[in-house]
Amino acid sequence: MTPLESYFPLAVVFALALVLGLALVGLAALLGPRRPSRVKEAPFECGSDPVGDARGRFGVKFYVIALLFVVFDIEAVFIYPWAVQVRELGWNGFATMAVFAATLVAGLAYVWKKGALDWE
Amino acid sequence: MNRTFSKLALWAFLALLVALFLGYFITRVLPDYLPAGRAVPPRLGDLVFYACAAATVAGAAGVAFSRNIVWSCIGLLIALLGTAALYVFLSADFLAVAQLLVYIGGVLVLILFAVMLTNRIGEVNVSNQSLGLGGGLAVFAAVAPLLMLVAVLVPWPVRPPGPMAPTTARIGDEFLSTWLLPFEVASVVLLATLVGAVVMARKELKAD
Repeated sequence: MTPLESYFPLAVVFALALVLGLALVGLAALLGPRRPSRVKEAPFECGSDPVGDARGRFGVKFYVIALLFVVFDIEAVFIYPWAVQVRELGWNGFATMAVFAATLVAGLAYVWKKGALDWE
Repeated sequence: MNRTFSKLALWAFLALLVALFLGYFITRVLPDYLPAGRAVPPRLGDLVFYACAAATVAGAAGVAFSRNIVWSCIGLLIALLGTAALYVFLSADFLAVAQLLVYIGGVLVLILFAVMLTNRIGEVNVSNQSLGLGGGLAVFAAVAPLLMLVAVLVPWPVRPPGPMAPTTARIGDEFLSTWLLPFEVASVVLLATLVGAVVMARKELKAD
């Protein structure tokens, strides 16, 4: 099987997602009635009068959480090839992977101790 | 050099690049599909490949030329997706999924957060159009001949796509044998990322 054949279902899913997204937004723009007014164009803020800029700054905490996610995401990607071969690689591979994971656990402990996981 | 002129020069330069690429494509790539003057429709796989490659280049161009940084992020998404599709064409299934998981699921979210963290993102002075033209041209003049030379001179071997074989198990074997040291060093890099994130975020919190 060539890549094109084995990944055909995936391509269908991607194409479907693209078509669906474009169709929903496009149809809404095409068919929906549009009667703009000043109140409707104001940024929505739970019904009360908007205060400040619509593009406020996010707290830096979000960034730290996202970075933590990326780090452990990459760890998962690294674990995957080992997990596929876990029986063939045996205890040697387990020890190697343990060192890899322990390094990151040390990092997690440091981050935890520093309070980056507290949301306050 | 005023702004409209430099803008005009930039667009003329881009048009020249596109014309060069089209010229190369028509004279070097297309004749392979048109043997003996008879029009033979290219295979579906080739069409999909060119579509993916074009989407990748278009996304990268969007990153570079968009004036809105959020649109640049969307362009990056398209470029990374196209790259994942190109990995699939190279029968690198693990790499393609890792690309989806890490770059699109993780790094892109991180970049979007970074955009939203930035103060006054709407009124950023986009300075790379007038400022960078001279330097960009210099870098281009230095790099482009080399790349063109490689693209034209190397006899790229044309092979039919090999059968799809799962690569994950072999990657696992290689990681824990030949590439053991880089594998462990990768965990140290990730550790440095964790520590650096905390240090920088703490500084930021103190500054507020």
